Amino acid sequence: MLIYWANDEYYIRIFGHTYFRFFPDWFYNTLKIPHRLSEGMAFHFLFMWFFTLNGILYFIYTIISGDWRELMPKKNSFKEAFLVVLHDLHIRKMAPPQNKYNAAQRIAYTAIIIMGFGSVITGLAIYKPVQFYYLTWICGGYHFARILHFILTLGYVFFFVIHIVQVILAGWNNFRSVISGFEVVNENPKPAIETTNTDNDEHTE
Amino acid sequence: MKTLNRLLKQPIQITMSTPNKKPKKELTIEQKINRRNFISFSAFTVLAVGAFEGWEWLYKSPQETAGITAGARKPLRRALNKTELFFRRAFSDNHLVKTYPKSMAAKHVRVNSDIGVEAEKKFDPATWKLQVNKKGGEVLQISLQELMTLPKTEIIYDFKCVEGWDQISHWGGVKFKDLIDHYQLGDYTKMQYVGMETPDKAYYVGIDMPSAMHPQTLLAYEMNDKLLPLQNGAPLRLIIPVKYGIKNLKRIGSITFSNSRPHDYWAEQGYDYYSGL
Repeated sequence: MLIYWANDEYYIRIFGHTYFRFFPDWFYNTLKIPHRLSEGMAFHFLFMWFFTLNGILYFIYTIISGDWRELMPKKNSFKEAFLVVLHDLHIRKMAPPQNKYNAAQRIAYTAIIIMGFGSVITGLAIYKPVQFYYLTWICGGYHFARILHFILTLGYVFFFVIHIVQVILAGWNNFRSVISGFEVVNENPKPAIETTNTDNDEHTE
Repeated sequence: MKTLNRLLKQPIQITMSTPNKKPKKELTIEQKINRRNFISFSAFTVLAVGAFEGWEWLYKSPQETAGITAGARKPLRRALNKTELFFRRAFSDNHLVKTYPKSMAAKHVRVNSDIGVEAEKKFDPATWKLQVNKKGGEVLQISLQELMTLPKTEIIYDFKCVEGWDQISHWGGVKFKDLIDHYQLGDYTKMQYVGMETPDKAYYVGIDMPSAMHPQTLLAYEMNDKLLPLQNGAPLRLIIPVKYGIKNLKRIGSITFSNSRPHDYWAEQGYDYYSGL
């Protein structure tokens, strides 16, 4: 796999004839990408600090506050996460019972931390492959480290998109709780006879 | 799922400490919810606007004043320079670039750029001499034959370009350090930078002294066991594995020493001056 910024490198060519170019010129021109490598690198080497420090602070905060208990997957999370996904895809009606975060969220929010560490380590491995040669070695060499770094970045894009879609689907009350840190639950006294109506089990993320 | 009730059990009993004042009316649950929502949404809005404005500020920030470096936004250039200072601490002569067996070296070595070595430019390798500019205007002239009498060092390593490509290639020549030792230029290595230029002065690089003195930095005259082809930088080129390709000057004309950054072709185009690996 070639990870390369120049636009002419990605194509399907058979017997010298180019059948398909994955990134035709208009794609790059519309996004105004050409000849901006130095600019992109300069942004990269500033924002790497921001993302790394932000990640470390967040990680430390979850440890000190004890919030990691809400975020770490539990033994049954992996099984449950499957049920959550089925529920979110409207294949299964009932969502499994959850705490602050459901099983799928626990896995996602822990995975993103591991991914973050992965990005820092693979990033250093390709940023200073001579000075941090041992990191490059751990990452399986310069090429593999670059591929990992790139795949992780794609992972963030998917995480971001899915996350935003989920927040929109979960609705306003959930979003409000994300911002304010609490959830409003009407604790009506339980009726003596339970109704069989399950429509009001408002599922929140 | 923290319920609101649990969260609101602790709060606000400040009023009790001043007995003269009438205790305030307990807020209703509804009021507490509204108050907390208001505070957190205000904070969220302020942060969101702050982030957006911060990005706008950065994106629209002015270009640096053109000098040794140019072409980058002021704050980004500052960040590049600070980042250099941070990562220079990790630099060591004991950290060596990975080397490979000869069989892995590319037969067709990529020619990515011809700035300063353009084919149409008249250049005769036979009359070429390396110029080392010493103090007081003294110039040391070294021919290729003289250089070839110095100990030869070979390296087969992965040459890396900022553009994203890399290639295992095989070079042979004189260690920069050996050149310094042989011509007794040790005093000059107390200075902070080495500058190198093509004979036509079209391409030029500045290298920090530790990187230049790294044991794998070569003044190469051979590629794949043969004398360098012209487009690969004949008669003598810089092979510096601790830097990206942009610093590996082809066809070295002159070498200078200084305590301030020498001018550098790509640093004037917005790239990091250090560009170290």
